[in-house]
Amino acid sequence: MFEAILLTVITAATPLMIAAVGELVVERSGVLNLGVEGMMIMGAVMGFAGAQWTGSAYAGILIGTLSGAAFSMLFAFLTLTLVANQVATGLALTLLGLGLSGMIGEAFVGQPGIKLTAIDIPVLSDIPFFGPVLFGQDLIVYASFALIIGVAWFLFKTRGGLTLRGVGDNHTSAHSLGISVIKVRYLAVLFGGACAGLAGSQLSVVYTPQWVENMTAGRGWIALALVVFASWRPWRIVAGAYLFGAVTIAQFHAQAIGLKIPSQLLSSLPYLATILVLVLISRNRRLTLINTPAALGKPFVAER
Amino acid sequence: MKTLKFAAAALLAAGLASTAFAQQEKVKAAFIYIGPTGDFGWTYQHDQGRQEIEAALGDKAETIFIENVPEGPDAERAIERLARTGADIIFTTSFGYMDPTLKVAKKFPKVKFEHATGYKRSDNVSTYSSRFYEGRYIIGQIAAKVSKTGVAGYIASFPIPEVVRGINAFILGAQSINPDFKLKVVWVNTWFDPGKEADAAKALIDQGVDIITQHTDSPAAMQVAEERGINAFGQASDMIKFGPKAQLTSIVDVWGAYYSARANAVLDGTWKSTDTWGGFAANMVHMADYTNMADDVKAMAIATQAKITSGELHPFKGPILKQDGTEVIGADAILDDGVLLGMNYYVKGVDGDLPN
Repeated sequence: MFEAILLTVITAATPLMIAAVGELVVERSGVLNLGVEGMMIMGAVMGFAGAQWTGSAYAGILIGTLSGAAFSMLFAFLTLTLVANQVATGLALTLLGLGLSGMIGEAFVGQPGIKLTAIDIPVLSDIPFFGPVLFGQDLIVYASFALIIGVAWFLFKTRGGLTLRGVGDNHTSAHSLGISVIKVRYLAVLFGGACAGLAGSQLSVVYTPQWVENMTAGRGWIALALVVFASWRPWRIVAGAYLFGAVTIAQFHAQAIGLKIPSQLLSSLPYLATILVLVLISRNRRLTLINTPAALGKPFVAER
Repeated sequence: MKTLKFAAAALLAAGLASTAFAQQEKVKAAFIYIGPTGDFGWTYQHDQGRQEIEAALGDKAETIFIENVPEGPDAERAIERLARTGADIIFTTSFGYMDPTLKVAKKFPKVKFEHATGYKRSDNVSTYSSRFYEGRYIIGQIAAKVSKTGVAGYIASFPIPEVVRGINAFILGAQSINPDFKLKVVWVNTWFDPGKEADAAKALIDQGVDIITQHTDSPAAMQVAEERGINAFGQASDMIKFGPKAQLTSIVDVWGAYYSARANAVLDGTWKSTDTWGGFAANMVHMADYTNMADDVKAMAIATQAKITSGELHPFKGPILKQDGTEVIGADAILDDGVLLGMNYYVKGVDGDLPN
């Protein structure tokens, strides 16, 4: 039973984790992109479409990822080159994504999709419990952890990561040091878009292999909340995403067992848990400030 | 896209304004949808019905729609807009559009309004709904025949009478075959979230149910059933493509015949305010093909469907006991529509508490 629950939790937590770690990099560079939901839904529709066109789930995921990245460039161009308001542009990106994906996906409604199969390592995946949990996952689950490790290493162990964080904390100083603030931010937004696209295609190719309009159902917003929840530290995103997934799945099991707790309360548990943790971490203001990118959401125009 | 489609609708309306006087020649039908037309569930089926008007009446009908309209003040604005653009008949397809529909109807006495699933009417406002519970009684019977564990799982959206009635009809059907049949209900508190619907299905299967039925809108649960090798029932649309080996049948909403008839009534001037609650007999509920079951089960399902259609069998015929064993009605009595419309309790055999 525990194994079954854990397997379901992994599937539910993976898209949140991927979208959140992408947004984390974006915010670390000082850009607030509220368009995660829109980029995710574009990834979902294009991932589904790509799998249908090519007959390959992997090709679908690649196309979904690239679509998310391409879609994020619209945001980057508007906010970084034209210096439009980031909050408004992000919201617009979400609305545009939801509408555009509905139009693109019209032909796919009612069509079953191609599901990405799990990797099956002989012998290893036959080990009880650890086999299916550790060695029987699909590629995206491994990719999600690789992304966390990679981002944590890049941000805190490399020169590039230091540059990115520097841009996010004080773009004026970074600029005066000769760093191209706009270029760094473009790359960060591109990475965030690719992650959101990957997360979206996980929804339409792995989680529920189908296309229905609005199928992200708010997961992009949860990913955004997770970044704050994680106080901009990559590993805490794993904790947040898995906690969120675990509470969601556990409450379904509680209902099926017949626990006499109101289902509305159970349904709101993941959100309550998130709020609780947010309150707890924000109590220590100094700690929060250390991790918060100081230039978050502030527009940058190079002085000449 | 909402704005895009609305802009298109407005353009269309402007173009047609000149022909609006010749009402007998042509009818313009407008629709307000709660969700996207691509949800492959509730709104999708209403939109199929809209397209059927065009197919049935050809050049004599024009249809427009606005999708993703939230219940509340937005709904009133959207309905009024449609009325102003010269629609002759406006279908408002969600329960929460009830009061906005009546308000706008008062301002536009010449326009006909049709409100789905509501109960308030006026001279130019009709109501209509489907007796989906007739189908749920049949799938309950099928579940009791096909299930090996004797427990079915039910993915429910919100604890409103419509949904509770479906759950009760299902268990009453199942118990008519196997009095000990059990039902586990999981509330997901959403109409539409494919991921959550899939998660709920997985949880139920992990808890030992071998049949899944749902009152939510996406085919996600059907796909999970197919993957796990158990059976499931589809909802609103025929979901056989998502579960070729899993689907036993689907309860399919059919609005087209009703919509065409009502649009036609506007054309020939016979439209009156009515209250329609139709099931199999009125052709408003269809069952998808009975698949993946033994021939005798299929024969039973077909026989039950025929009996319900002819009126020989009523799913809510007594004796009916509440969950705690108190009697609702005795043998041979039938619950009347008023009670059915306000149903707020589980009947015996359902596991768990009904959320308030």
